[in-house]
Amino acid sequence: MPDGKHTREINVVVNGEPISAAVEDRYSLADFLRKVIGLTGTHLGCEHGVCGACTVLVNGDAVRGCLMLAVQAEGCEVTTIEGLANADGTLGKLQQAFMDNYSLQCGFCTPGILTTLTAYLRDHPDADEPEIREALSGNICRCTGYDTIVKAALSVAAEMKGARA
Amino acid sequence: MTEKVFVGQSVKRLEDPNLLTGKGQFLDDLKLPGMLEAAFVRSPFAHARFTDLDIEDARKMPGVVAVYTAKDLPDVMQGKRILLQVPNPAITNPITQEPLASEEVCFVGEAVAVIVAESRHEAEDAAERVIVDWDPLPAAGHCDTALKPGAPVAHSDMTDNVAARFSLGYGDIDKAFKEAKHIIKERYVPHRGTGHPMECRGVCAIYDAVSDAFRIWSSTQTPHNTQRGVVDMFGMPEDKVRIITPDVGGGFGPKNQVYPEEMVIPAAAQMLGRPVRWTEDRREHFLTTTQERDQVWELSAAVDDDGYILGLKGSLIHDAGAYLPWGSIMPYISATTVPGPYKLGSYKIDVTVAFTNMVPTTPLRGAGRPQAVFVMERMCDLIGRELAIDPAEVRRRNFIPADAMPYKMGLTYRDGAPVIYDTGNYPESQNKALARAGYDTFPERQAAALKEGRYLGIGIGNYVEGTGLGPFEGATIRILTNGRVAVYTGATPAGQAHKTTLAQICADQLGVDISDVDVVVGDTGMMPRGAGTYASRITVNAGSSVRTASIEVRGKLLKMAAAKFDVEEDDLECVGGLVRIKGEQGDSIGFSDLAKMTSGMPGYVLPEGIKPDLEASAYFTPPQATYSNGSHVAEVEVDPETGLVTILNYVVVHDCGNVINPMLVHGQVQGGVAHGIGNAILERMVYDEDANPLTTTFAEYLMPTAEMIPDCDIIHMHSPTPLNPLGVKGAGEGGTIPAPAAIVAAVENALQPFGIRINECPILPQRIVELIDAAGTDKGEE
Repeated sequence: MPDGKHTREINVVVNGEPISAAVEDRYSLADFLRKVIGLTGTHLGCEHGVCGACTVLVNGDAVRGCLMLAVQAEGCEVTTIEGLANADGTLGKLQQAFMDNYSLQCGFCTPGILTTLTAYLRDHPDADEPEIREALSGNICRCTGYDTIVKAALSVAAEMKGARA
Repeated sequence: MTEKVFVGQSVKRLEDPNLLTGKGQFLDDLKLPGMLEAAFVRSPFAHARFTDLDIEDARKMPGVVAVYTAKDLPDVMQGKRILLQVPNPAITNPITQEPLASEEVCFVGEAVAVIVAESRHEAEDAAERVIVDWDPLPAAGHCDTALKPGAPVAHSDMTDNVAARFSLGYGDIDKAFKEAKHIIKERYVPHRGTGHPMECRGVCAIYDAVSDAFRIWSSTQTPHNTQRGVVDMFGMPEDKVRIITPDVGGGFGPKNQVYPEEMVIPAAAQMLGRPVRWTEDRREHFLTTTQERDQVWELSAAVDDDGYILGLKGSLIHDAGAYLPWGSIMPYISATTVPGPYKLGSYKIDVTVAFTNMVPTTPLRGAGRPQAVFVMERMCDLIGRELAIDPAEVRRRNFIPADAMPYKMGLTYRDGAPVIYDTGNYPESQNKALARAGYDTFPERQAAALKEGRYLGIGIGNYVEGTGLGPFEGATIRILTNGRVAVYTGATPAGQAHKTTLAQICADQLGVDISDVDVVVGDTGMMPRGAGTYASRITVNAGSSVRTASIEVRGKLLKMAAAKFDVEEDDLECVGGLVRIKGEQGDSIGFSDLAKMTSGMPGYVLPEGIKPDLEASAYFTPPQATYSNGSHVAEVEVDPETGLVTILNYVVVHDCGNVINPMLVHGQVQGGVAHGIGNAILERMVYDEDANPLTTTFAEYLMPTAEMIPDCDIIHMHSPTPLNPLGVKGAGEGGTIPAPAAIVAAVENALQPFGIRINECPILPQRIVELIDAAGTDKGEE
């Protein structure tokens, strides 16, 4: 029986900025981002870990923001969609590729897809189409039918490969 | 400066920069000072009465500000139900939902109380403390059994579950069946699914006591419908109820209706004098957001030796769910869509709409059409099978020829106008699809695969879709004093990029860049009349209005500049945000200066030729639907051991007339097919026989994901319509409509060696295995 709020102070670095804030024990990481520090770019689509809309990067790994408690992020670096643009505010490579390839429609699932692909392409710059599709299989997009998302990811992979060559 | 043309180009979406950087503003992202959050107490029973609602414990919970039951709502709401959107004389029992159920609940999830608290977490804690004294009642399950004599009634004051009955048809059906050589019968059962936009529903309200007015944000496709609902419920004038749609994270139909929460949340805001928000969670979405597609069809085709269909008759039972928010629209659309691209000699269908104790049904991407196309296309396949004619050839023989356009079918459509197909070439559509799919060589691929123990199949789905329905969608174009162009419209996007397409249409007429056009959508305060986004209607309606109003504004700009320069209007042109005298060194004046001139100076008369109205409004009112069409061909592999269906190739021929932005149409088609694949092999909303929902998470109700959706091979045909100034037809639903027909046909074709027939959709893996097992058992007994 909740007899008042159980809160704790957590220290996290969000999009490069150190943050200390009190958060209810039961708040998910996504709740913390959205409700406590006002970063509403991370969206909640199902809150049971299937749709992937709430995916954020925790110490670089793609993590479901709805399945991780905020207090578990103590001492971690968190990156959200608000932290994916270039330092000068222009769209990052993947964001630009999404715009160029019409990879979004309503845009609600997009934050989780961008974060998922950011981590995946960083670790698998040689990924081919089936691998990218598998990497995306934990993110539901109801609008696009995925083809343009895959295309954007492949174009970024090709660009990364070119940069290394 | 060269004049750009935007219409017809794949220009980049104006919506994207915000959405790609987390700056979108969806309903749950709104931050209003002092805002409270709400949670609802919902029925765990499909049908029950309740006598006592004990809310005392809940009231005492931390953070709780208020708990309301039906009797605690404002007096003006007492005894009222939500406005029926589309009344029809065929409806025998036009019952809609109460804002909060007062004594009887009729589906799992129906709300009986609302908790308002400082946070959603606290509201949910308190919701668990509400004690309801339930008295469960027998429930009406599937619509087929609900109509059987003695079936439990969905509402305790009813004597049966009939919600509406009607028949329609044309031609001499009795003669056709008397004369036909072959009578081919089948029963078809499409199942329920739903839209599942990734953003669930939500509503947020402020009551302004000074003005006695509401400002309500709702994640809806139809803010003007919500406004009508609130106006009706609260007895307020329209100008005191402003509905605003923030960014909407997908709609697909179910956000096109007025929900109880859109009444209760404003009431709470009014009673508490603070902003109140409710954001639906996914579980609530599974339980309370409308669904569609449960139907039962019994059809007979009268066919001659060559496969020509002389007549088609039968019955349709349509599941309304527990209430009728949208009347009898979907079964009506189903009934009128069946003939599709075919010249049926005669047609007769008897429709019964049944109440059940499940969440109500309302239009879902396709709105009754996927089922209609499923039964017609499956019947074509069956005719081919019975008469040993290739299924493509059966269709070819029955197509309405291209030179028969415009073609009057003999039915009245849902818009009240006769079904008259305006333009299209149905035989050519199928020809192109078959050629691209390698249909002629498929038997070789199939035979070769079978030798390796692999089961390949191919299936066809043709459709004709009435799109661009009225009554209207308006646009007001205004030149602002900063020189920018504002477009106000009732169009309400949920991912379709209306801001981009409408800016393209406007920019071409005014000679500006699309980045100079600000499109304001989905706000009843900015556009007093509107219909909303459904029925693949926005480009037809709002697009045409934008074009007409833009032309009128251009006329006004030219007239004012002509007065200023003392030249003829013909000597002027609009280019780059200027009106200039044609020729190398002509004078020019900016839109901004012209707009400022219309403001005049306090107390002075306006200069000659200047009027204070650098704006224009238009309401395009289509005379009838404009009919899009297309053909899908699916090639699949089926694993008979597991029932897994893999789509190997998917060809789409799509004709939506002229195209404003090809990449956006591509996205609608590809995304629509993905939805259709869900409807064919994945997405089944399962209820038990007592109407209890069994699939209430994404782990049980499977959505299409990236590894299972192929890149469709899309061929565009363009048969412009003369029915609107843009020559456009709707494109939002055609991807979904024929997909279940094509894919299920392909699955059945793949499993020919097992001799099974599939007359339901979606067909899930376990069901495929069941059918194969059943066929095997039968064989064993022979």
